Amino acid sequence: MANKSSNPKEGMGMTMKRRIFSVLATAWFAALSFIIAFPLVAGLIASFRPGTELIRRGLSIDLDFSTMTLDNYKYLFGNNVDSQRYFMWFKNSLILTFVSVVLTLIVCYFVAYGLSMYEYKLKNLLFFLVIATMMVPFEILILPLYKEMITLKLIDTMAGVIMPGICSASTIFFFRQYMIGLPKELLDAGRIDGATEYGICIKIMLPITKPAFAAMSILCAMGAWNNVLWPMLVYRSAEKFTLPIGLNTLLTPYGNNYDVLIAGSMFGIIPVFIVFLCFQKYFIEGLTAGAVKG
Amino acid sequence: MNKVRKLFYSKKVAPYVFVCPFILSFMFFWIYPLISTGMMSFQDITPTGTDWIGFNNYKKLVKDTVFHTAILNSFEYMALTLVLLIPFPMLFAVLIDSRLVKAKGFWKACLYVPALTSVVISGTLFRLMFSEYPTGQMNMLTSALGLGTFKWLKMKATGLSALLIVCCWRWTGVNMLYFISGLKAIDTSLYESADIDGASAWQKFRYVTVPLLKPTIIYVITISVYAGLSMFMESYMLWAGPDSPNNIGLTIVGYLYKRGITKNQLGYGSAVGIVLLVIALAINMVQLIMNGTFKKEED
Repeated sequence: MANKSSNPKEGMGMTMKRRIFSVLATAWFAALSFIIAFPLVAGLIASFRPGTELIRRGLSIDLDFSTMTLDNYKYLFGNNVDSQRYFMWFKNSLILTFVSVVLTLIVCYFVAYGLSMYEYKLKNLLFFLVIATMMVPFEILILPLYKEMITLKLIDTMAGVIMPGICSASTIFFFRQYMIGLPKELLDAGRIDGATEYGICIKIMLPITKPAFAAMSILCAMGAWNNVLWPMLVYRSAEKFTLPIGLNTLLTPYGNNYDVLIAGSMFGIIPVFIVFLCFQKYFIEGLTAGAVKG
Repeated sequence: MNKVRKLFYSKKVAPYVFVCPFILSFMFFWIYPLISTGMMSFQDITPTGTDWIGFNNYKKLVKDTVFHTAILNSFEYMALTLVLLIPFPMLFAVLIDSRLVKAKGFWKACLYVPALTSVVISGTLFRLMFSEYPTGQMNMLTSALGLGTFKWLKMKATGLSALLIVCCWRWTGVNMLYFISGLKAIDTSLYESADIDGASAWQKFRYVTVPLLKPTIIYVITISVYAGLSMFMESYMLWAGPDSPNNIGLTIVGYLYKRGITKNQLGYGSAVGIVLLVIALAINMVQLIMNGTFKKEED
């Protein structure tokens, strides 16, 4: 029994009341979870039915197994043009996510290191600028950045997609908050041992910053995997599209591609899902870091 | 050469080497585009050339009724997300953080899952659910409740509801997590002394939890204001593009996209962006002053 009341005066009535409340509260979250899971479950069920039904009937929530087939998935994994295109997008998304996460983490770690481990004149100004970049919604910058990418001939390249986001203010902020709490004596100890400033940063401080890397890598990977607006503007040729952009192109009013669309959408959630289940703890840590300290 | 090497490795120069990528990125991908969009907002940019037209873009915006619709839509959406996505996730957080709820971890994970899905996938699912046919899930629900069926994505009120439903679906769990982490930072002895004073559950919530959650509340308000005002992809996915019937789903960023990208009017689109920037900064300032954030930092 979970109710460990230390107060001996609490009689049976109180315990009963708590139990009823407990059942009600748990039922409430069960109901809420059901509502939240509903669209995804409905999508999953619909992915076992012909895509043409999607237009006529919306998502199918009919759990009649006799009418459900694996045809959409067989087609998705079959040797055909649609399948090849889908897995090309999938591969592009994986590569883009990997490259942008690695670059973002390395760069943001170094910047945050420079903003937290030293005392110098411009430090506060620089940190203020990091915060300032968070004050401007990215959407405002899409037009000038788009024009800039055309000038720099970076349209339709991965560099064009990744570069504006590498120095992510929120990632720098998180690393800095984490590193400010680390003992600075380690730096002096390293210097006495004859390590260079860069050696200290990489060999001494980086290993003890690992938890921050874990939290940020997952959050950045999620952002990169699901990012749509900016890659959609930069990429022009269909063979470079990422998964979300590619899936979006399948969304035509004629619905000739809905088999791939629904099965591909469901299959595309899987990588994210696996990462989330494995690293849930880091996820929440990275996500909520800004909320407590404000 | 040796001198340069020594300088590079010195304690004075090292921090600048570390922050160098930020300075470069700041200049190329923030300050430059910001100034450039500011300048473009005073220009008429056509494939044949660029003309300075002073405040003409802004004058046009003042009279542009489609832009007024976009601003109104964005504000309605933002205000309603604040109403829906702050009190309720906060109550859920308090409830799930109490000892009453069993299998907490599982419910938290369930509520969080929507945030993992790309807006393309969730938008597609909801577009199908808001189908105007009687077999769409939302119409099945409303007709079961005796309300009849709706052409969800063709009317103003139901279109806005659709956007809000998608938004609540995606962010309730995330905001709940923010509040849970805020609750974890509250000293439990405060609740114990409230218990001794005989405070009711509501009094404890009103006089202990809410005041001490203030930093989290401010944080969630700030990100919600920004996300609400700059919402675009949700609307883009629900209506399969930047156009919606009678512009019921048009937002400020949607209009920026439509003018700047679809119609290739970079000048006019930039003016829309600058208006959004001014609105976002103004709201942020008012909010920070109201919450006394500046005062706190001074002492």
